[in-house]
Amino acid sequence: MEILDNLALGFSIALSPYTLMLAVVGCFIGTIIGALPGLGPSNGVAILIPITFTLGLDATSALVLMTSVYYGAMYGGRISSILLNIPGDEPALMTTLDGYPMAKQGKAGNALVLSGVASFVGAFLATIGLLLLAPILARVAYKFGPAEYFALYLLAFCTLGGMASNNQAKAALASCIGLGIAMIGLDNNSGLPRFTFNNLHLMDGIDFLVAIVGLFAIAEVFFFIEGKGKTSSIGVKLDKVTVPWREIFSTKWTMLRGSLVGFIAGILPGAGASLGSFLAYMSEKSIAGKDGGFGTGVPKGVAAPEAGNNAAAGGALVPMLTLGVPGSGTTAVLLALLMSLNITPGPTLFTDRPEVVWGLIASLLIANVVLLLMNVPMVKIFVRVLQVPAWVLLPGVTMISFVGIYSLSGSYFDLLLMVGFGILGYTLRKLDIPTVPVILGILLGRHMEDALRRAMVLSDGDATYLFSSPIAIGLWIAAIAGFVAPMFLRGVLAKPQRVTD
Amino acid sequence: MISDRIFGLVAVLVALAYIASATQVQTSFLSDPVGPKAFPMLVGAVAALCGLYMVFKPDPSPDWPVGRTLLALIICVIVLVSYAYALKPLGFLIPTAITAAILSYQISPRVMQAILTGIALSVGLFLLFKYALGLGLVPFPKTWFAAAS
Repeated sequence: MEILDNLALGFSIALSPYTLMLAVVGCFIGTIIGALPGLGPSNGVAILIPITFTLGLDATSALVLMTSVYYGAMYGGRISSILLNIPGDEPALMTTLDGYPMAKQGKAGNALVLSGVASFVGAFLATIGLLLLAPILARVAYKFGPAEYFALYLLAFCTLGGMASNNQAKAALASCIGLGIAMIGLDNNSGLPRFTFNNLHLMDGIDFLVAIVGLFAIAEVFFFIEGKGKTSSIGVKLDKVTVPWREIFSTKWTMLRGSLVGFIAGILPGAGASLGSFLAYMSEKSIAGKDGGFGTGVPKGVAAPEAGNNAAAGGALVPMLTLGVPGSGTTAVLLALLMSLNITPGPTLFTDRPEVVWGLIASLLIANVVLLLMNVPMVKIFVRVLQVPAWVLLPGVTMISFVGIYSLSGSYFDLLLMVGFGILGYTLRKLDIPTVPVILGILLGRHMEDALRRAMVLSDGDATYLFSSPIAIGLWIAAIAGFVAPMFLRGVLAKPQRVTD
Repeated sequence: MISDRIFGLVAVLVALAYIASATQVQTSFLSDPVGPKAFPMLVGAVAALCGLYMVFKPDPSPDWPVGRTLLALIICVIVLVSYAYALKPLGFLIPTAITAAILSYQISPRVMQAILTGIALSVGLFLLFKYALGLGLVPFPKTWFAAAS
C-alpha cells in the first residue's frame, strides 16, 4: 500500500517531539484565535505568518504549526457561537442557530462537547479524504500545461467570486484589484519595472503578506472601532461539563452526512467552509423535516454544521495542495504561507517534497486528536478567553500585526502600505465587495500571467491554444458556470454568508 | 446607491489610468508573443467594465460612519500612520504604548484603563517577541544609550 508507506513517512516526521510540540502549541493558539469573537481563522493565520516566518522555522515545522492553528481556529469558532451567540468566524454562523438555544436551556456543556466531537469527526474524515484524494488529483494535475493552469486560475476566481458575493461585478472587480496589484514590480520575463512609478520600494512588488494582514486584520480593527458597544452580548453560564454519550451516539449519521457534504463543498474552489456548514445544516434540516425542531436547540443542529465546517476545512486543502488553487479565504492565507516558505504547491510537491505533504497530513491527524482531547476537558479555559475585553484585544491584534510586518522587512513603507490596505479592506467590505478575491489575485496574479504567456509562447501567439485540450475546455466551462450559476441559484440558496472575510 | 456609483466611477478612472500606465511599460527586445503589457491591460479592461456596471446598477448604500465614529476612525488611521513612521527611530516600547492606549481609548473611553492597557501591551508584547520568539526588536531609541555603552 503506497498510501500506508507515505503515511508512515509522514508520521515519522510528525511524531518527533519537536513537531508534536509545535502541533500542540498551534492547536492551543488556534482554538483561542477561533474562540475570540471577530478574530477568525483568516485573520489569525494571517497575523501569525510574518512572525512564523521570522522565527526561522524550517518548512515542515512552519507548516505543521500553521495548519494546527488553522484546524484549531475551526474548532474554536464554535465556543463563542454557542455561549455568546456571536460566531467567532464566518463558518461558525450556522452553529449559533441551534447552539445558542441549547446553551440557553442550560445545556451549554453538552453543546460544547457535542460540537467538539462533531468537529473531530468532520475534520478526521476530511483528512482521510484528503490523503486518499490528493495523490489521485496530483496525478491528474501532472497533465496540466500552461493553458490548463490559466483556465484553472480563472475557475478559481470565477467560483470564488460567484459564491462569495451578492454581485458578480463586485466580485470580478475585487479579483481585478488583486491581479492589478500583483503586476506591480519587476516583470518576470523581461526584468523591466511595471507600475512602480520609479518608487524603489515598489520594485520588488507588493508583499502579499502586507496585503493580507492589512485587508484582514487591520480592516477588522476598523470595523471593531466602528461597531463598538454593539457586539456586547449577554453570555450564557457554563456549568459542569460532562460527556453526553447518548446525544453523541444519536447524531452519528448526522455527523457522517455533514462531513461528506462539507468535504465536497470544501473541495470546490471558492466555496469554502461557510458553504460547507450551511449545506450540512440545511440538508440535515430537510432530512429531519418539520418535527426535527431545528433552530430550537436540538443536538443534530449543532452536530451538522460543525461536522460540515471542519470537513470543509480539510477538503479545501485538496485543491490547495495539489493544484495550488485555494478553496477559501483561509486556504488562500495558507497558500501565502507556503509561498513565503518557497514551497510551490502543485503536483510536483507530491513527488519532490513528499516529506512536506505527508508530514502535513500526518500532523493534521495528530492535531485533530490533540484538539479533541484539548477541547473536551479544557473547554473551560477557552471559555475564559472570551472574557478578554475588546479594548485589550484589538490594540493587541494591531500591535502584533505591525510587529509581524515590521520584522519582515524593517521598512516603514510596508507598514504604511498595510494601513492603506486596511482602509481599502474596510471600504470594500462596507460596499459589500468581497476581499478574498483581492488576496487571491495578489497571490495568483503572477502565476496566471506566466501561464498565459507560456501558453502563447508554446503556440506562437495562437489564442485557440487556450481551449485545445479537453481538460482546458472543461475548466473553462466550469469557470463560466461557476460565475453565472450563482446568479440563478441565489433565490434557491438563501445567502449562507453575509460578507466573506 | 450613491456609494456604489462613486466607487464605480473611481474604479473606472483608476482602471483607465492603469491601462494608460500599462501602455508605457517598456518592452525588451527579447519579448514573448504576449509581452508585459497585454495581461495588465486585460485586467484593467475587465475592472473598468465592472466599475461601469456598478455605476449603472448600484446596490443600496451601506451605513457610513458619521460624527464621532468617523472621527474615531480618522484618529485611528492617523495614529497608525504615525506609528508606522515612529517605530524605527523611537524604538518599540514608547510608540507602541501610546498607539495601543489611543486605540484602546477609541474602543472604550476610559483614560486610566486605556493608559494601563497601552503600557501593559507594550511591555508584554516586547517581552514575548524579544525573549520568547527571539525577534530583533529595539526597545528604546538607539541614541538614548549610545553614550552609556
